[in-house]
Amino acid sequence: MAKVEVPDHLLTLTGGEREVEVSANNFRELLIALEERWPESSVVLAKCAVAIDGQIYQDAFLEPLRPDSEVFFMQRIEGG
Amino acid sequence: MAEAVDYKVIGTSPVRPDGVDKVTGRAQYGADMNLPNMIYGKVLRSPHAHARIKSVDLSRALAMPGVYAAISGADFPEAQHGEIGGEGGGDVADLAKNIMARDKVLYHGHAVAAVAARSVQLAEAALEVIDVEYELLPPVLDLDAAMAVDATLLDENCFTKNLPEKPDKPSNIAAVMQLARGDVEAGFADADVIVEGEYRIPMAHQGYIEPHACTASVNEGGQATVWCCTQGHFEFRAMASKVLNMNIADLKFIASEIGGGFGGKTVLYLEPLAILMSQKSHRPVKMTMTREEVFRATGPTSGTHCKVKVGAKKDGTLTAATAWLAYEAGAFAGAPMGPGAMSIFAPYALDNFHIEALDVLVNKPKVAAYRAPGAPQSMHAMECALDDLARELGMDPIDLRMKNAAEEGTQAPYGPKFPAIGFKACLEAAKKHPHYTRPVPEGAGRGVAAGFWFNVGMQSSAEVHINENGTVTVVEGNPDIGGSRASMCLMAAETLGVTYDQVRTLIGDTESTGFSNVTGGSRTTFATGMAVIQACEDIIAQCKARAAATWGVDEDQVEWEDGQAVPAPGVNADVKPLSLADIAAKAARTGGPLLGRASLNAQGAGASFAVNIADVRIDRDTGKVDVLSYTAIQDAGKAIHPAYVEGQMQGGAAQGIGWALNEEYIFNADGVMENAGFLDYRIPVASDLPMIDTQIIEVPNPSHPYGVRGVGETPIVAPLAVIANAVRDAAGQRINDLPFSPPRVLAALDNA
Amino acid sequence: MNKVQVSTSINGEEVEFLCEPQETLLDVLRETLDKTGTKEGCSTGDCGACSVMLDDRLVCSCLVLGVEAQGSEISTIEGMAGGDGLHPIQQKFLEHAALQCGICTPGLIVATKALLDKNPDPDEETIRYWLAGNLCRCTGYDKIVRAVQDAAKELAHPA
Repeated sequence: MAKVEVPDHLLTLTGGEREVEVSANNFRELLIALEERWPESSVVLAKCAVAIDGQIYQDAFLEPLRPDSEVFFMQRIEGG
Repeated sequence: MAEAVDYKVIGTSPVRPDGVDKVTGRAQYGADMNLPNMIYGKVLRSPHAHARIKSVDLSRALAMPGVYAAISGADFPEAQHGEIGGEGGGDVADLAKNIMARDKVLYHGHAVAAVAARSVQLAEAALEVIDVEYELLPPVLDLDAAMAVDATLLDENCFTKNLPEKPDKPSNIAAVMQLARGDVEAGFADADVIVEGEYRIPMAHQGYIEPHACTASVNEGGQATVWCCTQGHFEFRAMASKVLNMNIADLKFIASEIGGGFGGKTVLYLEPLAILMSQKSHRPVKMTMTREEVFRATGPTSGTHCKVKVGAKKDGTLTAATAWLAYEAGAFAGAPMGPGAMSIFAPYALDNFHIEALDVLVNKPKVAAYRAPGAPQSMHAMECALDDLARELGMDPIDLRMKNAAEEGTQAPYGPKFPAIGFKACLEAAKKHPHYTRPVPEGAGRGVAAGFWFNVGMQSSAEVHINENGTVTVVEGNPDIGGSRASMCLMAAETLGVTYDQVRTLIGDTESTGFSNVTGGSRTTFATGMAVIQACEDIIAQCKARAAATWGVDEDQVEWEDGQAVPAPGVNADVKPLSLADIAAKAARTGGPLLGRASLNAQGAGASFAVNIADVRIDRDTGKVDVLSYTAIQDAGKAIHPAYVEGQMQGGAAQGIGWALNEEYIFNADGVMENAGFLDYRIPVASDLPMIDTQIIEVPNPSHPYGVRGVGETPIVAPLAVIANAVRDAAGQRINDLPFSPPRVLAALDNA
Repeated sequence: MNKVQVSTSINGEEVEFLCEPQETLLDVLRETLDKTGTKEGCSTGDCGACSVMLDDRLVCSCLVLGVEAQGSEISTIEGMAGGDGLHPIQQKFLEHAALQCGICTPGLIVATKALLDKNPDPDEETIRYWLAGNLCRCTGYDKIVRAVQDAAKELAHPA
């Protein structure tokens, strides 16, 4: 089960839950699963950057997840 | 993927291909494009920091002979909400309103109207006869005033985002952000020593020497061509299409050479105005900003108020840390508080922390990205606190950082575990660097600090054409700010196995090459480099196929070595190797022109850490701080063109030093910037600085074919704290508010 | 507004132009004469990007009126390269990577030539103070100073 962690300021989306375990083969499936768990969260989460097993993606979509993947949502960064 | 390799051309520092044009004055920058029948545009800017616009009357301006167009907010489509950019995550509606005010002006200098006329002088005269009726509102000019309970609001519809419950009253705090881990109370209880610090850092400008400039020409078919200085012409095109509600296909953006950006030229200002006025006048419109306009009306970076508290055991192990970081957003939401919050503790392994960051509206220009946006301000607080901690513990400041240094596997404060990183390598190098081991000069003080930036990947496209004589043309879409053409040529030459002088790199406009995100975010050598490398690999595959066909063997029996197709070992073929030139010469017969392509959304950007050291001396009579020596040590992953990597390290250091010593926006009580020029907004000049020594550390980034990490932004992060810590050492006391300008330093010394 | 006729010499070439009395030499160079090598950074004489030689003086062309060029000899970046190619100063700037964005480079090269014409062997401090009127935001000046030092050597003892 992929372990998903949400930063504190997005806890409003998750009803206070910071960490959840989800079964998903890729990031898209993960978002769908999270949407079922936390309605209306996927719209905001889709705009976040996400770190999957240490690799940061600004626009994740079909990135594969392993059974024990760690997923962190974070703010997008562009830089200057 | 990237082991220690002996590269053939990577790691050399040849003369850049665009260099001759730049030292002879041939290179064309934003203001250098003149077209036949061209007229000149100028902007009318708000004389008030905060007011409602009751009416704008352009009629007298339009009636002047020689004035061919005049616009105001009413000429723009309704500002639509929509997403743009990273960092604070901008709203297109805010961008549109910043480009030209609609119902309110929110800072002194906010664009209210524009005219285009036969000459600049005539345009300026026309501005004088535009009648604007304002209803004045009280300006909100600092963080404390903006966050006060009964503060005047910039936007009645702004409700703080990300609070646990949606607030019932609007606020100037546009958004908050929190990051937390573990139990800070327990962590502090566990500490033997706790230090606290509270710091204010002023709003500062990117300070590029070239003011914003563009020339736009729209034909009667609605097709617009825009020449402008920009860090990203594709992103400018995207923003223009949203702001003007125009089809992307009708917008052609050509990036001129660019005279500095540092993040400040990733934002649209003049271009939509020039496009609209060209449409109305049927003539090309050229618009340039004066230096004063650049200061008053283009994005500086946030001024901040930061509080930090750090606890540690006697042996230096950090047990807990908290931070409260308030960032000025300026007139519209979007301060870089997110990256600031994510980076403050990034260099350290911390089990217990809590960070709160705020994005706060004030009646000042809307902030824009400035080199590692948010990080210099936040990390200054932590790096000063660590310095105080080291002093209290009687520990060497580098040893203290080493004791807690993040490394591969450490969980970053923003969540993921770090892959291979070079912070420890930088600390080790600093500890034994001659600058650190030699004694501090008599009467001087020394400081050290760490720097960090995430670096990004994002989208890039590249094509590679092999010309009939085997020379190579690379086409990509990233304006060359600091020598990136040279780096692309090096990476292409290395991949193809040819010499540097056989490769040319050009920057395509939005019609002639594929999409690329900005030159910024320390991404160009990394991501666009990756696209160039892949496009070259595409060429190699095609060449091997052509060679195979020529020799009558299978494709997998051909290898590519040193710029030539050769039979694979063990393949029995009595043939001579075929060079790129050989294959190119016969291309027509073997399948047509050789064209390679690649496009990607680059993943695996590697963070770049740095450690800087500075010695300063304070003149006790004047309060002037002199930088005696400065050393920047930074992990570049792999330096493709070492001289340009050094250049980034030195340039960023100079900007950070300037911000620490002198740079600040000075506003009067009416919200008018009093030092809107290079005389009084004092950036470092040649006589202010010593030679800036550099040491490039190379801990390769496993995700890039040549191990590249971005390097452009990290250099500005450490200098603020390095100077602060050096001043602390020299002065015997900590001065908490930047800059360390002579009057401030003198006051602190006098009060000691 | 009546335009004034001005006769001058630019980079050794006789030039005549018309300009308004209040137009700066910088405006004339860039807009009237299409010599856009000289850059505008501030128009208040603070950044040096518009540096040119007016007779034997290094000036900010934004602080000189077009009409003041009457009868003078003006040298701009466009006149630096000679018959054989680049001027050694230009060459050394390239070799030392003394430019990143390049916008300050024409002004700096003109200012450097003015220095070395007067003082062929300046020490580091002299170089830094002479060039203090030319702002560079990209390089931190380190490689610029090294390029100037190397150019001085080259000019004194051509390789």
